[in-house]
Amino acid sequence: MNLPKLPIGRGIEALEAWMEDQFGPIFDFIRIIIGSLVDFIHMALNSGPSLLMIALLTVLTWFLGKWKLASFALIGLLLIDNLGYWDNAMETLSIVLSASLLSIVIGVPLGILCARSGLIQGIVTPVLDFMQTMPAFVYLLPAVSFFSLGVVPGVIASIIFAVPPTIRLTNLGIRQVPGELVEAADAFGSTPNQKLFKLQLPIALPTMMAGINQTIMLSLSMVVISSMIGAQGLGADVYRAVTQTKTGTGFEAGISIVVLAILLDRMTQKMVNKNKRQR
Amino acid sequence: MSIIEVNQLTKIFGNEPEKAIPLLKQGWTKERILKEKKLTVGVNAASFSIEAGQIFVIMGLSGSGKSTLIRLLNRLIEPTSGEILFHGSDIVRMNAKELREFRRKSMGMVFQKFALFPNRTVLRNVEYGLEVQGIRKPERQEMALAALELVGLKGWENSYPDQLSGGMQQRVGLARGLANDPDILLMDEAFSALDPLIRKNMQDELLQLQATMQKTIIFITHDLDEALRIGDKIALMKDGSIVQIGTPEEILMNPANRYVEKFIEDVDLSKVLTASHVMTRPETITLERGPRVALQLMRDRGVSNLYVTDKSRRLLGVLTAEGASAALKEGLALEDITLEEVPSVSPGTYLNELFETMAATKIPLAVIDDTKRLIGIVIRGAVLAALAGNAVPEAGEAG
Repeated sequence: MNLPKLPIGRGIEALEAWMEDQFGPIFDFIRIIIGSLVDFIHMALNSGPSLLMIALLTVLTWFLGKWKLASFALIGLLLIDNLGYWDNAMETLSIVLSASLLSIVIGVPLGILCARSGLIQGIVTPVLDFMQTMPAFVYLLPAVSFFSLGVVPGVIASIIFAVPPTIRLTNLGIRQVPGELVEAADAFGSTPNQKLFKLQLPIALPTMMAGINQTIMLSLSMVVISSMIGAQGLGADVYRAVTQTKTGTGFEAGISIVVLAILLDRMTQKMVNKNKRQR
Repeated sequence: MSIIEVNQLTKIFGNEPEKAIPLLKQGWTKERILKEKKLTVGVNAASFSIEAGQIFVIMGLSGSGKSTLIRLLNRLIEPTSGEILFHGSDIVRMNAKELREFRRKSMGMVFQKFALFPNRTVLRNVEYGLEVQGIRKPERQEMALAALELVGLKGWENSYPDQLSGGMQQRVGLARGLANDPDILLMDEAFSALDPLIRKNMQDELLQLQATMQKTIIFITHDLDEALRIGDKIALMKDGSIVQIGTPEEILMNPANRYVEKFIEDVDLSKVLTASHVMTRPETITLERGPRVALQLMRDRGVSNLYVTDKSRRLLGVLTAEGASAALKEGLALEDITLEEVPSVSPGTYLNELFETMAATKIPLAVIDDTKRLIGIVIRGAVLAALAGNAVPEAGEAG
């Protein structure tokens, strides 16, 4: 028996066209918002000469991780500067930070909703699975058709790829708050919001930070893919090197990405530990 | 006046729990309902009332439904049916806002595993119940500090719970439960997680606190000794139902059925009963009377000693038959002869603390209250009868 092929592909394309028609102005608005966020962060990161910025970042890392982290930051960032990738590294950093920031803004409330309602969790979980396992290239295309080429669809694609850990671990962190503590909060007459802000979020914070750390790492891993749709930065350097088979340039840009990745990872981890010690 | 009145309170766990209510009324057992309807009976038609100022102990083994029952009282678990009247208004019918208000103002709770918030200092833990009410910081800190002082934790307010020992943590839990000055304090196996010595200390301290605070305390425990020590009234639970409610003596002396009997079988009565349970009425005489009257009295009542008191019944000593006849021969008044000293105990002394004193003297021990007034005497026969589980002979048979 020969069953007809299900028209999933055509359906998706029709949906894409319909959404473009219907929500065009909304997409434009989102593009402007995200574009200005990236520009703003980029401007802040470029507000001084590279050596001054390196000094500032080194001081910041010293507060978080003392000598070990600060010396790594100093050497790593000087290396990026020396290789001539400073501007592009800051471009990449501004994309990654924008995507991470927006992921937190979207992910934390969603995670809280999931923790409050089993129904919402039941709906959101498979969607997250879908987002994480669908090859990232696939949603570059609708991102481009909604937001045109450039840095914005790159940020959007990064958010789709990177937001799941924040949602999942916010949900998990809140659900892991011991039942007796929740009972105690209830027994003393807390409103749901008082319970959330006075008990659940503070206790879930280390778990949530682990999710945010993952989100940052994942959005950093999207930089090369985003460069295919016109996002600038280190990703574009790597992409260009690959297409032109320039192994040396590829490695230089790659090392710069690695430095950024380790730096961001250690900084967020230190924030988690600092938080644990404070409680 | 009863502060809490619980009528036919029932909790069934599972889907469509209401279906089990008529079945329970028809006399289906817990097992049958679980087997045929896949519903778990948590609490089955519990009814009791609690007087203000009482320590009401709900006791039972694990799985008897006692923890469910206490959580029904402040609706941490929603009852399936029944009513809980607090000063006449039904807690079960309160909406979310009224319930919150009730929990904030009228009920405190202390938990088995303390349930202190690990991210808050001791002081901020104790403040919690006041904080959610929206009480301003200086005021609530003052109230929290007072509660901490009450439980003997002054000076620890800036520590974190994990820096304290178990006993101290539970004091914080107690202070947190008391900080909003609730009418009712729910204590869910509050001392069960503590080691035996500290548990006993905490029981004593709770009784001391209770003597000054006069809260209504509902105390859950699986430990019969604990129930007997602190309970004014005890409700014994089995399989979700209350089997017997009564004072500790009522339960010990008149167990309602075989289950209760088995339960109390191993109780060391000497650690439960006090001098006040076994004391009988003493034969007394005042000093103004003469030795002749004293001897006559002894002959009439068939006793060989009289307890000499002043007019306000304060104990002065014991007059023996020999002492009285010697006085008679020498023509002395009672005031001029030396009275025998008699060991005295307070009414709250446990029987096991009496044995040694009793062994050392022939004269029955005097029981005196804290104003030194003689309120009774302890004779050996009464102690033995009580330990054998018999009711204490009525006063007047003293010898």
